Amino acid sequence: MAKRKAVVSVRECVACGCCVKVCPKGAIAVPRGICAEISRELCVGCGKCAKECPASVITLEVTEQ
Amino acid sequence: MKGKKKWYDYLWIFSLTYLILGFFNILFAWLGLLCFFIPLLIAILKGSKAYCNKYCGRGQLFSLVGGRFGLSRKKDIPGWMKSSYFRYGFLIFFFAMFFLMLWNTYLVFAGVKDLGMAITLLWTFKLPWHWAYHGTLFSDGVAQFAFGFYSVMLTSTVLGFVTMLLFKPRSWCVYCPMGTMTQLICKARNAGSPRK
Repeated sequence: MAKRKAVVSVRECVACGCCVKVCPKGAIAVPRGICAEISRELCVGCGKCAKECPASVITLEVTEQ
Repeated sequence: MKGKKKWYDYLWIFSLTYLILGFFNILFAWLGLLCFFIPLLIAILKGSKAYCNKYCGRGQLFSLVGGRFGLSRKKDIPGWMKSSYFRYGFLIFFFAMFFLMLWNTYLVFAGVKDLGMAITLLWTFKLPWHWAYHGTLFSDGVAQFAFGFYSVMLTSTVLGFVTMLLFKPRSWCVYCPMGTMTQLICKARNAGSPRK
């Protein structure tokens, strides 16, 4: 079955960390203060980060697994 | 991760108190320098945006008022507002205005200008603020800096509040000059290090 995963637009991310705070799985971090990185293993595709992101640069993409 | 609240999740109280204190004694405005130097020091020394990510009280205040209290349309911010042109342009404009404020403070220190007991909102509107001035122990310049710095803080709060209402709660974070600057510092500082 196709799964949804959150994906960050690296170029547009402002590294504010709003997504880190809402992620129920602790799957997001902002290492080195440049942009958010989402762990594909931990992400369950709930979409909370995408909703929270003030720049709206996180999208949910369908992945075949 | 969502879960148990940490001590730093309550720093919005600090931000709110700061805004309120400025209505009673303008000299408290000096405390705002903490919100200026701490993020810079973290970015320069640690190369991270831990300030934005964890400690920023203003961001927490916006997410509380816009998120929890629902005072936000929660719409996407327009594309141009998240473009690097706007973000870097706003950073430059903000700092030009900041240095103008420092110059005015210097003129009062030097005795060329008299103390102006006003708050300049949105770099344009002068609001009388004499009630929050009860004299200063040192030079008038100390009070002038307080009026100037509080103007900067109030202006950015008003802008952040408006974009909170119009777009997502923490829309301010997208064009926050401190955030843009710390991200630039982190990019420069970590330019050589490999990803992961």
